[in-house]
Amino acid sequence: MKAGSEVSVRKAFDLCFVGLVYLFSSLIFLPLIAIFVYMVMKGLPALSFDLLTHLPRPVGSEYSGISNAIVGSLILIAIASLIAVPLGILIGIHLYEYKQARMTDILRLCMDVLQGVPSIIVGIVVYVWVVLPLNSFSALSGGIALALMMLPVIARSTEETMNLILPTYKEAALALGVPYYTAVFKVVLRSAGSGVLTGIVLSVARIAGETAPLLFTAFGNQFMSYNVFKPILALPLLIFNYATSPYEEWQAIAWGAALLLILFIFMLSIGVKLLSYEKK
Amino acid sequence: MKKNNRVILDIQHLSVSIHGQPILKDISMQVLENKVTAIMGPSGCGKSTMIRCINRMDLLTEGMLRRGLVTLDGRSIDEIDPILLRRQVGMVFQRPNPFPTMSIFENVLAAYLLNGIKLSVSEKEEIVQECLESVGLWDEVKDNLKRKGTFLSGGQQQRLCIARSLACKPKVLLLDEPTSALDPKATARNEQLIKKLKNTVTILLVTHNISQAARVSDRTAFLYLGELVEYDKTSIMFTSPKDPRTDQYLTGKFG
Repeated sequence: MKAGSEVSVRKAFDLCFVGLVYLFSSLIFLPLIAIFVYMVMKGLPALSFDLLTHLPRPVGSEYSGISNAIVGSLILIAIASLIAVPLGILIGIHLYEYKQARMTDILRLCMDVLQGVPSIIVGIVVYVWVVLPLNSFSALSGGIALALMMLPVIARSTEETMNLILPTYKEAALALGVPYYTAVFKVVLRSAGSGVLTGIVLSVARIAGETAPLLFTAFGNQFMSYNVFKPILALPLLIFNYATSPYEEWQAIAWGAALLLILFIFMLSIGVKLLSYEKK
Repeated sequence: MKKNNRVILDIQHLSVSIHGQPILKDISMQVLENKVTAIMGPSGCGKSTMIRCINRMDLLTEGMLRRGLVTLDGRSIDEIDPILLRRQVGMVFQRPNPFPTMSIFENVLAAYLLNGIKLSVSEKEEIVQECLESVGLWDEVKDNLKRKGTFLSGGQQQRLCIARSLACKPKVLLLDEPTSALDPKATARNEQLIKKLKNTVTILLVTHNISQAARVSDRTAFLYLGELVEYDKTSIMFTSPKDPRTDQYLTGKFG
């Protein structure tokens, strides 16, 4: 009789525990759903074809748009990726290949610290490094600032996915008389391909919404600009400027731009999920 | 079958240590062309280390020091560039490892594709068919050449890996426990293959399976604690071993 009651107490305890796990894990969804719903409610009325295709105009005029911010964000992401993707992958390969070397420990520590550097500080440093010598705010400096933020994400994800590839594939390639660097690039890196790509997409999603490093670098621009040596506008900068403005019209545009940015990042995240499903 | 007793691989006083720890101690043996030579011994006796020296994969292990002379066809392996040496001395590993990103077709041609050697379509098809036929895989996969090699069964994958090594037309094929990850049926099938292949290539087979050495090899070397205890024709070694340790190992007293 006593043993029976002990079991039922345990069962009740177990049930409570499972209930709590479900409760708290579903609570995780709430903030995300709340943000998303609020964004859609506020942003959807502002989102229109005109908003995407027109340039910003003075308050009160019709057909005001954010096309230069969209183009600017894409240019900044392109510059940052051009710098950070090759460098990040090479650093990742180094971390994977030379595990014993002292340099590797230092490099890994640097990547971890770089990942933790506040983005505003990255902005100030790039301001001193690039903006001052060139004597102008520029898309290039904004891209460099964003690249510094992408670098550790790509390097670590490259290293981690390469670690998952069995060393026997590299040995098999070497045993076929394949030179060392070809074995690393064409066999190990290619086998790790989807994981490396996931890291790149995640890092793009991370920098797409960065505002702080762009304040002193890309700076913002009223007009459409394709020149990498001139200031350029980006979606987060536009949101920052418009949301803090006193005009309701501009605030509405900021909501629309915010929704666009969220959708972009959302799509990238779904892309990452699809990539990792394909891997399995 | 060719009846020659030409020495293709001559190992003289081979000693290997890793970080000062001796792994192989003064090993001398000669491997005859177009024969299957088995290297058997308990785990950790240095079998794998020994064959990894022959295609200079020892370079990959940090702290490994090799002394002694190994000659392939009369030329010291240290005079040959490791990349060229490995095209003459193929290697198949314990676990089947077809490249996961490549199809069956590309796996066979991997040595050419990865080295950027250009081949015409007909040459490619010829090499693939020839290599897959020689490992008895052609009839099983000829309709699925575009599929990934990883879809095959373990035994088939291992034969694909042998075909991949054969595509370079090596003189010597090193097999590192090639059946230890396979089931008995696939093992029997691949042992038949090894016996057949010795007509075209010299085979050095590492195994911890005594009966496998007896079944497939012409000559057997018994390695124990880094020493070459005995090396002789398989038929002699298994019937009248000279060293008491070989006798004890063969009768299951240790190892």
